[in-house]
Amino acid sequence: MEFLSSIINGLSLGAMYAMIALGYTMVYGIAKMLNFAHGDVITLGAYTVVIVSSTVLVPAINLPVWAGFIAAVLVCAAVGVLVEFVAYKPLRRASSLAVLITAIGVSYFLQNFFQIVFGTSTKNFPRVPLFNETWMIGSLPLNSGSFFTLIFSVLIMIALTFFVKKTQTGRAMLAVSEDRSAAQLMGVNVNRTISVTFAIGSALAAVAGFCYGYTYTGIVPTTGAMPGIKAFVAAVLGGIGSIPGAFVGGLALGIVEYLSQIYISTQWSNVIVFGILIVVLLVKPTGLLGKKRSEKV
Amino acid sequence: MPILKTENLSITFGGLKAVSDFSVEIEKNRIYGLIGPNGAGKTTVFNMLTGVYKPTAGRFYLDGEDLTGKSPIYINRKGVARTFQNIRLFGKMTVLENVLVGLHAMNKCDPFSSILRLPRYWRTERELKNKAHALLDVFGLDGEAEHISSNLPYGKQRKLEIARALATNPKLLLLDEPAAGMNPHETGELMETIRLIRDGFDMTILLIEHDLKLVSGICEEVTVLNFGTTLAQGKVEDVLRDPAVVTAYLGE
Repeated sequence: MEFLSSIINGLSLGAMYAMIALGYTMVYGIAKMLNFAHGDVITLGAYTVVIVSSTVLVPAINLPVWAGFIAAVLVCAAVGVLVEFVAYKPLRRASSLAVLITAIGVSYFLQNFFQIVFGTSTKNFPRVPLFNETWMIGSLPLNSGSFFTLIFSVLIMIALTFFVKKTQTGRAMLAVSEDRSAAQLMGVNVNRTISVTFAIGSALAAVAGFCYGYTYTGIVPTTGAMPGIKAFVAAVLGGIGSIPGAFVGGLALGIVEYLSQIYISTQWSNVIVFGILIVVLLVKPTGLLGKKRSEKV
Repeated sequence: MPILKTENLSITFGGLKAVSDFSVEIEKNRIYGLIGPNGAGKTTVFNMLTGVYKPTAGRFYLDGEDLTGKSPIYINRKGVARTFQNIRLFGKMTVLENVLVGLHAMNKCDPFSSILRLPRYWRTERELKNKAHALLDVFGLDGEAEHISSNLPYGKQRKLEIARALATNPKLLLLDEPAAGMNPHETGELMETIRLIRDGFDMTILLIEHDLKLVSGICEEVTVLNFGTTLAQGKVEDVLRDPAVVTAYLGE
């Protein structure tokens, strides 16, 4: 019984990683860069909900939590596009190392920006009705929040698969990810496609930020950093650039982390998670579902 | 008025003059050949005409509009499409999807209306698919529409590249060595296909080719490049008999 409930909790943690990893992997596949600032978009999403739906930061605004959720998705998508436009687009022809360093810079910029604007103290995430209950399935206690996180991630995965395979914008993304210049010569607007990718990836990070908020309740300026890095491990585990890979990698990593917390030790769980990164890079750098391609970071 | 007109189109890389003073006028519905030894600058000409390279001097006009130095997307939307010497299909996508990407510019449904306005999305999607299937049918590829494109045999991949280029609705089609790697039978078929494109799509075609049989078989006029300069230009039968051209190809 305990094992089963650990699996469910692990899946829910993994579902959160999966949502973040999807953003990582899409941006990597299409813009060919690792956006290490992706984790901080999660923080931004969580803070947006705190601003809109509680009196903690801005007492004047106190809308229902769903309004906060929608605001977070919109704000994150907009900021994602803005960051790409300001920081990454000018480096389209620069070396991938320059872009990588810039992404780390953007990450620090965002974290310090949050610190100045929101302060360093922990801000409480508003309570979400229905999401903080314990449901009994037989004799198995199930946290309703975990359940909803899983549902969110599955819905997102279905929508994303549909979008990529069945819409012209999605097909343009696939084309750009395979051969940017050939896509351009077929009339695909590469800049616009990359913007859309950042908007979608950041919107997914906002959803993850929301899930993080109702699960862990306390938000600080570095909230998203650790989940962001772990989601990167998940994306590598699943095969970076692969959308189903990010999903599978996220779930797998969540289960491993949770089980190692329960059965080994809390202190060792991070060691195990990042150990996985090292092992994957050594043994199967293309990941579980990765495409065969040797690409430099 | 010629469909394509270039005036002294030139490009240098560092100190190297890759192409100098390339001037042609190609009338509508012509099949025009661009030939020359390896490294003569033929593909560089294509790269300038599609906006991949910005010419360092000279201008070119499509249907009277000056497109010199414009972006690849702009030039493609104005009506120049191309294939590549080494096939560059989207190898992980299906045959149909490759053509659908080519139809991209015709898509008036932005991502948000694809999400929010479902009936319109489905209608656009159906229209695009019908167009793509019709195009594949012309090239005898419709039976393989759902195959992954990199699994197609070589000759069919070449055809699919042409179909994808035509999907962008061009006025001028640039074919970069369409017969490369084909056996004589396939080359014969390809010549038929190229004529069919010209007649069926009301197309003007500029092609780079090494196979002189193909060139003399379907091109009306040719330009011969050698070390980036124009060696000869004119009717195909005259040019191929020109002693300078023979020397460039076969040596002294």
